[in-house]
Amino acid sequence: MNILSVFHVAAAALLFPLGTGHPPAKKLNVVATTPDLAELAREIGGDFVDVKALAKPTEDPHFVDPKPSHIVTLNRADMLIDGGAELELGWLPALLESARNDKIAAGAPGRVSASQGVRLVEIPTSFDRSKGDVHSLGNPHFLIDPVNVKLIVAQIADHLSKVDPSDAQAFSANLKKFNAALDAKMAEWQKTLAPFAGAKIVTYHKDFTYLAERFKLDVIETLEPKPGIAPSPSHLATVISAMKASNARVILVQSFQNRRTAETVARQTDAKVLDITQQPGAIKGTDTYIQLMDYIIQTLASGLQEQK
Amino acid sequence: MRMRRTTAAFAVVGGLCLSAQYARAQQAPDSITRRQQRAIDSLSAAMRAMQSQLDSIVRNPSAAAAAPAAQPRTTGAYMNVSFVGLTDFGWSDEPNVPALQVGDHDPHVRGFTIPNAELALDGTVDPYFKGFANIVYKIDRLGETNVELEEMFLLSSSLPKNLQLKAGQYFVEFGRQNNQHPHAWAFADEPLVINRMFGPDGLRSQGARLSWLAPTSWYSEAMVSVMNSAGGTTQSFRSEESTEIHGGRLLDREVRSAKDLMIVPRLATSFDLTETQTLVVGASAALGPNNSGPDASTQIYGVDLYWKWKSPTAHQGFPFVSFQGEAMTRSYDAAERLSAETPTVTLPAETLKDRGWYAQLLWGIKPLLVAGIRGESVGGDAAAFDSELRTDRSRLSTDLTWFPSEFSKFRVQYNFDHRNGIGNNHSLWFQLEFLMGAHAAHKF
Repeated sequence: MNILSVFHVAAAALLFPLGTGHPPAKKLNVVATTPDLAELAREIGGDFVDVKALAKPTEDPHFVDPKPSHIVTLNRADMLIDGGAELELGWLPALLESARNDKIAAGAPGRVSASQGVRLVEIPTSFDRSKGDVHSLGNPHFLIDPVNVKLIVAQIADHLSKVDPSDAQAFSANLKKFNAALDAKMAEWQKTLAPFAGAKIVTYHKDFTYLAERFKLDVIETLEPKPGIAPSPSHLATVISAMKASNARVILVQSFQNRRTAETVARQTDAKVLDITQQPGAIKGTDTYIQLMDYIIQTLASGLQEQK
Repeated sequence: MRMRRTTAAFAVVGGLCLSAQYARAQQAPDSITRRQQRAIDSLSAAMRAMQSQLDSIVRNPSAAAAAPAAQPRTTGAYMNVSFVGLTDFGWSDEPNVPALQVGDHDPHVRGFTIPNAELALDGTVDPYFKGFANIVYKIDRLGETNVELEEMFLLSSSLPKNLQLKAGQYFVEFGRQNNQHPHAWAFADEPLVINRMFGPDGLRSQGARLSWLAPTSWYSEAMVSVMNSAGGTTQSFRSEESTEIHGGRLLDREVRSAKDLMIVPRLATSFDLTETQTLVVGASAALGPNNSGPDASTQIYGVDLYWKWKSPTAHQGFPFVSFQGEAMTRSYDAAERLSAETPTVTLPAETLKDRGWYAQLLWGIKPLLVAGIRGESVGGDAAAFDSELRTDRSRLSTDLTWFPSEFSKFRVQYNFDHRNGIGNNHSLWFQLEFLMGAHAAHKF
């Protein structure tokens, strides 16, 4: 370690606990495929990063347009965080091909694939598209489980420190702070949903599996008969009977999913449609991950309470 | 969990049986009982400890998060393989369907056509290159299968200065649709202007392309391809089908200098007009020799525009509205040449001017349902000879496409055709498509 790096470490160690931080000479350009990953990068990167998300918070993350402006964004990126598990398979590879940026190539320090290291569920036992558009690596909607988020922020901090070693202490401090906040909130969320353990719910797509598993809810049906396949009248009839039989009284719908289909089912089952998003910023007051989870847990709790 | 407990129980029972047999052979009965009891007690204690550890993990998930993450899993493959199959069927009131539908991947006959079955391979070659190949099978009007290596190229992934190299055989980047494969088209047939300028299969050849992504805050890319100018897929240049353009005997024109290669430059730029609207505009040219004479050349120029609006709450990419249009003009410098039809007649040197355009509007009504309308027209100035390939004609098409899933497609299309001096025609085409294998990424 030379004198200069000793000075850097010492300066960082002295300044960060005071929260003053040395003003970064040049911020890292971090690009995330989805707003939830972008939000986590902001939590860990703090003042040292400029973060941009490619997908809008309100749109279906499976089908983002690979617009030329995204090529420019990726060309200038110091780091790319993608969900992986084939979530962005339909649009990210074409963009990366055109972006010609080695810094964010697979395996580079500037590339975080969030699904790596997360225990994915619903991994298919065979590759068979008669079962719908099933992702071969498992269900990619894992950020809705705060326990997975802890694994992902650790990866983000690790990669940020590799790309920008001089600010590693700040990233580590931000990671600790975020984890502490998340732990405290996790206990609160579990307490809020504890009275509803085992509650039966219905979702549009298989996108709340991880949330249900973590908070002990039971997804009895999805409005889509199979992932990526549009709801058919015969399948909706099955859903309605299943909801009546199991007394499931809430249907979770994201902003881009067809609310009218959910409303039709809700009318016939005396259920309530809950507008739930998985992306920060899609609904007012959900700008951070913790605010987003607060919103989800509160909406679920009040919805389930009302329908009890 | 149940499985683990059962396994543990079997292990305990098995262990006890073995130790009991061994003990019987060696020791007195009271000592055996005591040892067995001690073994049972210690195993029970171990199982209780394990159970309590498992319960604690279930009760306190944060503890699980603190545990080391799972090993990174293997993703991807060395090579992606996919297959796209296209079947057309329908009817036209013109019995000579190929006179109407001039594209290689258009419906060819009344009844059924297999215009395109495509085996697509792609993968990362090494840290420096990606590789792509398309092998296409087509069944002609007589039921014969034709196979062609449609594309095969490598693409650099790590050149400095925002440069990128492509080399091999490929559909050159001229306008928007020329380098799209049939499964990406919005209609069952190719726009007339592309066939007029480039021939039935568009403009593709063997060559190399260098592209540069400009360091501007908006997208702008400049590229230039240098390609061979001979063959059936370079119809406006040194192609054996050129007689149909210039009416003269073909000159066996060899490559003497770099001037005998084809140059295809293109500039493209794009702006996000709003959060939900994007505009892409481009200008292209294809310049090269033709075989009407030893120094004759062809110049084709084109402009293209694409605009798309997509709902901020799009589900599966719907709803959307998009507009795409291209206009091209060709100056074909035909040298003084002997007429192919009447070899005693000499056709004068002349510049054959052709032009054409198409414009299409698509409406993605709701998930997986798209309605489209397209208008197009092509024409050429009078020349010293008559060529069917240069007559004025126009077409109006409307279609409805339904995607049962991302991997299959059903389309119905109506065409109204008008050919100067020939008349009007009506056609109705249906199209079925399936895709198997790797999920290819879409381009904008």
